[in-house]
Amino acid sequence: MADELERPEHRESEPHLPSPTIWPFAFAGAVALILLGLIVSLTITAIGVVLAVVFGFLWIRDVTRDLRGEPEPVEAPAAVVVEEEGERLEPERYTRSKFLEASTLGLGAAIGAIVTVPVLGFAVAPAFVGQGYPDVDLGPLDSYPEGDWVIATFTSEPEDGAVSRRTAFIRNNGLRNDVPSFTIISNRCVHLGCPTQPQGPPGEARDVETTRTPVTIQPTQPSGFGCPCHGGAYDIEGNRTAGPPVRALDRYEYSIINGSLWLGAPYSVGSVEGQGADATVVKYRSADPGVHVDGPEQIFYPIVP
Amino acid sequence: MARTRSKRRQQLVRVVMYPLDWLEERSGLVGAVKYFLFRKVPHDTNWFHTLGSATLTAFIVQLVTGVILAFYYKPSPDEAYDSIQMITNDLTLGWLVRGMHRWGASVFIILLFLHMGRVFLFGAYKYPRELNWLVGVLLLALAMLEGFTGYLLPWDQTSYWATVVGINLNATAPFAGPFLSDFLRGGQEIGTNTLSIFYSTHMLLIPGALIGLITLHLYLVIRLGVTSPPWSEDAAGDERVEVVTAKRGLVEPRPRGDGAAVDDIVRRRPDA
Repeated sequence: MADELERPEHRESEPHLPSPTIWPFAFAGAVALILLGLIVSLTITAIGVVLAVVFGFLWIRDVTRDLRGEPEPVEAPAAVVVEEEGERLEPERYTRSKFLEASTLGLGAAIGAIVTVPVLGFAVAPAFVGQGYPDVDLGPLDSYPEGDWVIATFTSEPEDGAVSRRTAFIRNNGLRNDVPSFTIISNRCVHLGCPTQPQGPPGEARDVETTRTPVTIQPTQPSGFGCPCHGGAYDIEGNRTAGPPVRALDRYEYSIINGSLWLGAPYSVGSVEGQGADATVVKYRSADPGVHVDGPEQIFYPIVP
Repeated sequence: MARTRSKRRQQLVRVVMYPLDWLEERSGLVGAVKYFLFRKVPHDTNWFHTLGSATLTAFIVQLVTGVILAFYYKPSPDEAYDSIQMITNDLTLGWLVRGMHRWGASVFIILLFLHMGRVFLFGAYKYPRELNWLVGVLLLALAMLEGFTGYLLPWDQTSYWATVVGINLNATAPFAGPFLSDFLRGGQEIGTNTLSIFYSTHMLLIPGALIGLITLHLYLVIRLGVTSPPWSEDAAGDERVEVVTAKRGLVEPRPRGDGAAVDDIVRRRPDA
């Protein structure tokens, strides 16, 4: 009303609007029910048809109220008129626009969050969920002659193919307390992760059949291990002798199942005392290359959780 | 003779101008492009000022060649190396486009640093252009990330082990290191997902961010104008006074032009 007083020229040109009605929504719902029934059950279609007829009738009745000369329901306009006669017209409009602004922003934020959060989760989470190392069958024990080193190349995740090829240096230490003992050293340099090489003449490589993918075994007589990238050097037990590495070479857990050697999870080593089966290995949780696991350095650098 | 030529010329002008006018009337784009191309710059700008647009050109070359290389590159561990060999050796002009992308990457980074050096030595990072320097630093970091992620894609021994080293370098970062390296690898070990993560990051995620930030970078250049070289004689006195005045009272960008602007600034100060 006030609006029209301010701009009287608009009064004549304003189009006539039919009174507001809720029935189109109900009618649409009934049509949806008909379509749903076509898939699920014809009973639902029948209910939908009945509802559509009823709601359609109500809709038409509402829309044609003017033509039929019935008075419009006046509760709502009456309330508005009372409000507008007071002096609180401006604050009322302000509040309404503020409310619309806030609800637009709020709804936008909610929709944005609903879309963004799962996508971000998918972008990050798969790298951290289900971490672990599969056990790998390295073949029967007699493939590993006592006292000799071999380079064993295996596939840690056969379904991933060649990208999961890993190499370990394995020495059969013979029996200790009637239990077979192995030294299994990871070839991952603990400086920055390049592949270390055994320093010694390599022998003839051969494939060993296992319960998983075949393992390539190559005998060698190393005097130590060296890394081609930045010159890290290790002795035969994996202790650092020169270069930038910060600890001894990582080792693998192992078990013997049905006469076969099975590789377990890798673990990190501070340093190794002694040799072969009698060596004392201080075991730490598997750490990234370049990370100190013992000594004061583990506190100061790098700071990792 | 002269009359016909000029008549033909008029016709020609009409033919060229009609679509441009049509576009301008409906979008204002012609005016916007004119505003961008014919904006005022100090009269003593020199060739060093072209390093920024040279960097942009190198980036556009990377975009175009990269998109075309993606037609033929296959980002899976089994196929990546072979597809790169095919692009280089078998496909017509593949060697050229791959070479442009491979060497253009270095050109892009070199130009970036030269541009940065120009901005530093000319003092063009100072008020009111600090924000643009910060945007530029972000662009530099993203460009380096492009280099890191792109290096893995040929999937040969060099790229594989260089990436192993790079990821393990990240792993020694304080606090976030191990998470960062796991995220980059897509797990504890380099696997089937690592290559596609790097590929997608290299050709979708970072280029998108780069394009957005470059737009902001250019917007700020247009809004704030280009700096004179430090040895410039005419601009130095007046304009520096303006800048100092502006700094005291108000956060208005430095107005260009003559001494009247100083009065404007003083008048518009909130306490004056």
